[in-house]
Amino acid sequence: MSGASVAKGRHLPNSLTSPAARMVKSWESLLLVVVVVIFIVNSFASPYFLDPWNLSDATYNFTEKLMIAFAMAPLIIAGEIDLSVASIMALASTAMGYAVTQGAGTPELVGVGVTVGLLCGVFNAVLVTGIGLPSIVVTIGTMSLFRGISYIVLGDKAYTGYPAGFAYFGQGYVWYVFSFELILVALLAVAFGVLLHRTNFGRAVYAIGNNATAALFSGIRVGRVKFILFLLTGVMSGVASVCLTSRLGSTRPSIALGTELEVVTMVVLGGVNILGGSGTIPGVVLAALVMGLVTFGFGLLNVPGIVMSIFIGLLLIGVIALPRLWAQFRARRG
Amino acid sequence: MQASPSDRPVLRLSGISKSFPGVRALSGVSLELYPGEVTALIGENGAGKSTMVKILTGIYQPEEGVIEVDGMPATFPTASAAAEAGVTAIHQETVLFDELSVAENIFLGHAPRGRFGLIDRAAMVAQARALLARIGADLDPMIPLKELGIANKHLVAIARALSIEARVVVMDEPTAALSFKEIEELYELVERLKAEGKAILFISHKFDEIFRIADRWTVFRDGELVGAGLMAEVDEGQLVQMMVGRPVDQIFPPRHHALGAPVLTVAGYCHPTEFEDINFTLHKGEILGFYGLVGAGRSEFMQALFGITKPSKGACRIDDHIAVIRSTAEAIGQGIVYVPEDRGRQGTVKGLPIYQNVTLPSLARTSRHGFLRLAREFALAREYTERLDLRAASLDQDVGLLSGGNQQKVVIAKWLATKPRVIILDEPTKGIDIGSKAAVHEFMAELAAEGLAVIMVSSEIPEVLGMSDRVIVMREGRMVAEFDRATMSPEALVRAAAGIGERVAA
Amino acid sequence: MSRMLKSREALLALAILVLIGLIATRFPEFVAPSNLANVFNDTAPLIILALAQMVVILTKCIDLSIAATLALCGMVAAMLDVAGVPMVVILPVAMALGACLGAVNGLLVWKLNIPPIVVTLGTMTIYRGIIFLISGGKWINDQQMSPLFKSLPRADILGLPVLSWCAIAVVAIFAVLVGRTALGRSFFAVGGNAHAAVYTGINVGRTQFAAFVLSGTLAGLVGYLWVARYAVAYVDIASGFELDVVAACVIGGISIAGGVGSVGGALLGALFLGVIKNALPVIGISPFWQMAISGTAIILAIAVNATEGRSRGRVILKSAEHVA
Repeated sequence: MSGASVAKGRHLPNSLTSPAARMVKSWESLLLVVVVVIFIVNSFASPYFLDPWNLSDATYNFTEKLMIAFAMAPLIIAGEIDLSVASIMALASTAMGYAVTQGAGTPELVGVGVTVGLLCGVFNAVLVTGIGLPSIVVTIGTMSLFRGISYIVLGDKAYTGYPAGFAYFGQGYVWYVFSFELILVALLAVAFGVLLHRTNFGRAVYAIGNNATAALFSGIRVGRVKFILFLLTGVMSGVASVCLTSRLGSTRPSIALGTELEVVTMVVLGGVNILGGSGTIPGVVLAALVMGLVTFGFGLLNVPGIVMSIFIGLLLIGVIALPRLWAQFRARRG
Repeated sequence: MQASPSDRPVLRLSGISKSFPGVRALSGVSLELYPGEVTALIGENGAGKSTMVKILTGIYQPEEGVIEVDGMPATFPTASAAAEAGVTAIHQETVLFDELSVAENIFLGHAPRGRFGLIDRAAMVAQARALLARIGADLDPMIPLKELGIANKHLVAIARALSIEARVVVMDEPTAALSFKEIEELYELVERLKAEGKAILFISHKFDEIFRIADRWTVFRDGELVGAGLMAEVDEGQLVQMMVGRPVDQIFPPRHHALGAPVLTVAGYCHPTEFEDINFTLHKGEILGFYGLVGAGRSEFMQALFGITKPSKGACRIDDHIAVIRSTAEAIGQGIVYVPEDRGRQGTVKGLPIYQNVTLPSLARTSRHGFLRLAREFALAREYTERLDLRAASLDQDVGLLSGGNQQKVVIAKWLATKPRVIILDEPTKGIDIGSKAAVHEFMAELAAEGLAVIMVSSEIPEVLGMSDRVIVMREGRMVAEFDRATMSPEALVRAAAGIGERVAA
Repeated sequence: MSRMLKSREALLALAILVLIGLIATRFPEFVAPSNLANVFNDTAPLIILALAQMVVILTKCIDLSIAATLALCGMVAAMLDVAGVPMVVILPVAMALGACLGAVNGLLVWKLNIPPIVVTLGTMTIYRGIIFLISGGKWINDQQMSPLFKSLPRADILGLPVLSWCAIAVVAIFAVLVGRTALGRSFFAVGGNAHAAVYTGINVGRTQFAAFVLSGTLAGLVGYLWVARYAVAYVDIASGFELDVVAACVIGGISIAGGVGSVGGALLGALFLGVIKNALPVIGISPFWQMAISGTAIILAIAVNATEGRSRGRVILKSAEHVA
């Protein structure tokens, strides 16, 4: 087209706010401040806190959940949700336990765990994007189904006897205090950060979450993107299951019970809008640090785990409620 | 005519003004409704009719003006206040509750109570039956609403209006989705409501029915009152004139009407319920107008051409090859793009910045191996937004913060950036201010001059006449007429779209 | 009467009868009246909560905290009993507490517009946590509870235990509430067409709030019944029961999209699950199968609901009018 390059309007700058100014005002910086404050408070509250090995142990509070959160974040940004992740972990773990009884070695176990996760993800994806059912109910259903299968297989028994080499994924250290899980989660953070923030796929995720109809009208294959997101969530649940099973060294059908709630809380605390459209991977990482440090601090203070779950519940509601309360307050005054 | 034409309006609105950001929807209009009479409200899309309906029913508040009920000043701050004053509306897409029964739909919110304050179901059904009988509707009040067709849902809505003792009934294009027989029944019903002394505001594009049932007329154009009077003292030509006439300052860009080689040929496109047997050839450099009433199937056909819905039959050729279009991605790949009518829902992705909206369908070109290259995105976005003279602070501004006209420019920029062969513009200037309208028109002329093939769906007659090389008129899902520059006229378009002058076969 | 037998309910009733019939061919003792009464009694809590959940789902919400509310109210009831508070006080207190917990959910949904799934996922853990805080993680067992407290749900009236009568009473009350009161009909209106509901003068948020309060109140009632019947109270009672409740609703044809459902549907959905649960041990299948069966039933039910409710496009062509 001949005239396409003739600019006749006025010049539009790329941006008026500098990246630094935007960063200062972001939710992520607020989280960063919170992380630093908790860190400082904890180091004063307990002499054991600053020990590198203690800190390293504390990372297990969030590593497996964060792996799933990396996939859950784009899924929620795209306007869907997967509540079956903890049940996928249970089913993958059960499958690995069964594989052990069939004489599987460590590489096969990892393959089984991840593959089961992938298949569960595909199952959710087909129900949601193929048949067009709402993801909340579908995954409430598969939440029952996947864990139910674990119960059918295991009943009140447990699988143990995992090979010694398998323990590396949940208990091994790559270098000094840096555990395999910590390194893996760091690599995944980079991978998912790039996927969501630096690729066409990531852009499509945001477009779908903000306006799926307009995204479809812009030539984006909405169904395919959502399918991949469910599949990724399944795969990451499988990976997390490998790590958790390796760390615990046993499988019961109740393994990872309630983890879906913590993952969703982590994602929402990280600044992802529960209704879709916005959120970042760095935010989710910082949210994981907040939750991990608080858990660790409570642990050092001998606060029981269930109190921690109250805290998570309050956090989940509070993080969404406070900005809305603040907006209503401001609207009423102004 | 009524036996005793009342000279005192039951409802009078005067000097009503209402603005929305960027648009003045109504400026100083007046409307009077008389008991036992039907007043037709006539105007093009965007003339301010639906804004008026929303003010009447308490959904919008006018910025200026006076509402009087029986000569006493009144305000309608809420929908319930309007209902209490006896004003009720029957909408084009009747809003009722599918899962509740007919009787419940009629009485929801004011059901007869029996013992212990419980809903007296027997009384409710009996009263519903009486109301339905009063309007001659042979419906079982017990069946759920979802089992009824659109015509019967209208009847339920009318029965509901009667149940709240409405004195003013607003009917907003009530016949748009009805069959010939159902329309006849509706006319009878309107006569019956008249006989009961209700004041009726009847909004319609169809002149035959206006002349058939209305006693008075009021014409709006561009948010202003053009005139009002008795039906007996006016003819069709005068009404059309008032409706489509424009202030002289509306100038369309000069065009060369020389057509190039054929680009797109559509042959026998059909859909089970939406359109049938669509055929045309579109040429390079041509602007092809599609005119028709709202709901004539134009947008539905365009969306099928763009791969949103699937046609049941038909083929489409681009240049010399058959184009298979099963998804929007394939349509874009073939060089066909669609600027939708519903900008908010289907056009812009609010929440994303301008540049990301522009590059959304072009990411394959701006990226490398699937990785974004922001510098290229900004460059592409800048090239097209500046060309369209977009008014914005910066390219990373949220597109939702722009005015309607500027949002439209972003959507058009998005599609031009894909370097299309065929661009479909669906109501490209609907709801945008006069300045942006002129810019969009000028731009369309430029695109055509550059050799792009343009399809313009429009319900605004001056726009169709001012811009098109050819016009296809659709009615009820079919092509009913085609005009070239020599034969097109406002009257001809209105007649073809409304089916005036044809013997209606039942 | 023909409206009562809408295809969905009739189909489900038939499925339950066929199920019972099939079991009876091999295990005739299952259909003995006394056993069927047992099955009904065992399903009573599920029936009550399914009805409670139904009104919430009708308004386009969901209450995942229903089992946690049950557990918290049950624990409070048990602790009051241990403290020597008379029964006439305990039951109203349990129900009032349930109403308050439901009101918390309802207020967050109504006033702050937070998605109900997030609200109730959060309160689900908070309510469970509170049980731990007030009980110190300890169990309250058989010996600590007063005889009257334990025996009330089992007390026999006209051959049926009080627990069963409670379920029957709730079904009857709901039939009237949902079918014959303005509030009941507004549940349908709000979920079916929130936009139109506003035009008819119904406050959407307040109606949703009412549904949550109702749901909490019934969870409070079941909390007492549950703890008294099993004669034990601890943090994890009825853990995961919210999923069974949602399953019963979905199986009963209550659309998760709101506005569609019936008392009969919820009742039959609960009975369907109850029959399966009680039949599993009889026909020699491990009770561990139950969870997977509920999950499958949820998925199948929503798939069926979705295909039934699929909307057709706009009809423009006259020739297509009578077809659509």
